[in-house]
Amino acid sequence: MDAVVVDARGLSCPQPVILTRQAIKQASFPIEVLVDTVTSRDNVTRAAQKMGCSVQVQQVEGGFTLTLSQ
Amino acid sequence: MHRLGSFSASRWGIIVTGATIGILAALLQSWGNPPNMGICVACFERDIAGALGLHRAAAVQYLRPEIMGFVLGAMAAALAHHEFKPRAGSAPIVRFVLGMFAMIGALAFLGCPWRALLRLAGGDLNAIVGLAGLALGVAIGVQFLKAGYSLGRNAPTPSATGWVMPLMMVGLLLLAVFQPTLAEGGAIFGSTSGPGSMHAPLLASLAVGLAIGFLAQRTRFCTMGSIRDVILMGDSHLISGVGALLVAATITNLALGQINIGFAAQPVAHSVHLWNFSGMALAGLAFALAGGCPGRQLFLSGEGDGDAAVFVLGMIGGAGIAHNFGLAGNSDAMVDGALRVGGVSPAGMWAIALGLLVCLGIGFVMRERTTAIRRVPAAPIKTGE
Repeated sequence: MDAVVVDARGLSCPQPVILTRQAIKQASFPIEVLVDTVTSRDNVTRAAQKMGCSVQVQQVEGGFTLTLSQ
Repeated sequence: MHRLGSFSASRWGIIVTGATIGILAALLQSWGNPPNMGICVACFERDIAGALGLHRAAAVQYLRPEIMGFVLGAMAAALAHHEFKPRAGSAPIVRFVLGMFAMIGALAFLGCPWRALLRLAGGDLNAIVGLAGLALGVAIGVQFLKAGYSLGRNAPTPSATGWVMPLMMVGLLLLAVFQPTLAEGGAIFGSTSGPGSMHAPLLASLAVGLAIGFLAQRTRFCTMGSIRDVILMGDSHLISGVGALLVAATITNLALGQINIGFAAQPVAHSVHLWNFSGMALAGLAFALAGGCPGRQLFLSGEGDGDAAVFVLGMIGGAGIAHNFGLAGNSDAMVDGALRVGGVSPAGMWAIALGLLVCLGIGFVMRERTTAIRRVPAAPIKTGE
């Protein structure tokens, strides 16, 4: 099965959150969200958890990969 | 499961930040800053523009150390927490224009969102009109965001880029301390009357600025974002900080006897509702399209965001334009015992209309070209490109 990737690197607040919410509403899990700032990491995590997802965060070079599952 | 464990990311973190700003701002007023203007990012950047001679409105010229403190405090917080991240390249010229019109709108009202809250905390009911305008502007911005509005991606830059704004603030601070006169009759200008002549001691202003800059960088305090997040997704995180600011400033004002409830003849304010509303609607739309209120743009500048720094420069440039062309609001005044209602000049009204048109145009035409959401074969995702 294909994975869904939201590449939100370099996008400023609140676009990473808007894209993540779109992906959660439309796509199948798991969803990988790529962000490049701590602010985006926290904002996306907060929004995804509010929508009932669990979030795993992995620090990678230049940012974070968030894995969202239900 | 990732937990937002740190205090700074918690609801208490944002509440403590808002309350701290409210208390310190009210205290700054009792220490010498203008009434209901303990902190006003727009007004203080305008005062800096005046001190540098970018406009020559005699009443509003002072190198406000709070602004330098905001940037440098945020920089210290970002460096201490490995969040100093030099980046730029997300439509800087558009951000300059947004900053310019944000300032023109804010100066028609006579205050940024922070000052709108402080004015309300001091009993100035015109602030309610301004805040309503701000909310409308942000709501329009949210509709653009939902429709795919984007100023595009930034990219990492050499670290020198991130240091430019903090170093400019160090330069301004040195000018404020040493007050050099390099040309006879030239800058640094300083008001002898009016709001620009009223200020807390330099060290107190700087210390407050540094403390707030540090806290706000950690907690991402943002007045525009607080309204946006409620409208966009019913998220009350940021607005709980804004509420705390209002409550704390009101309580501190009560304790200090700094409350005077009413619409007419409030300090550094006018009571013409239409232009209080419209000015802040323009400012709110510009802040929403630029991704942050003027305070937030300073904190982002401190953590290396070159695009936010360009927005700040746009605001300072906008202050020059607003005062040189007579676009800024005029305060109500008592003349021979009679109230003379202030307001906005015809040129100011046209400037707000033009600003709204330009910002709406930016909202319609700026779109992210690449597809951010994509499906890939379920293999390990390569990151850190």
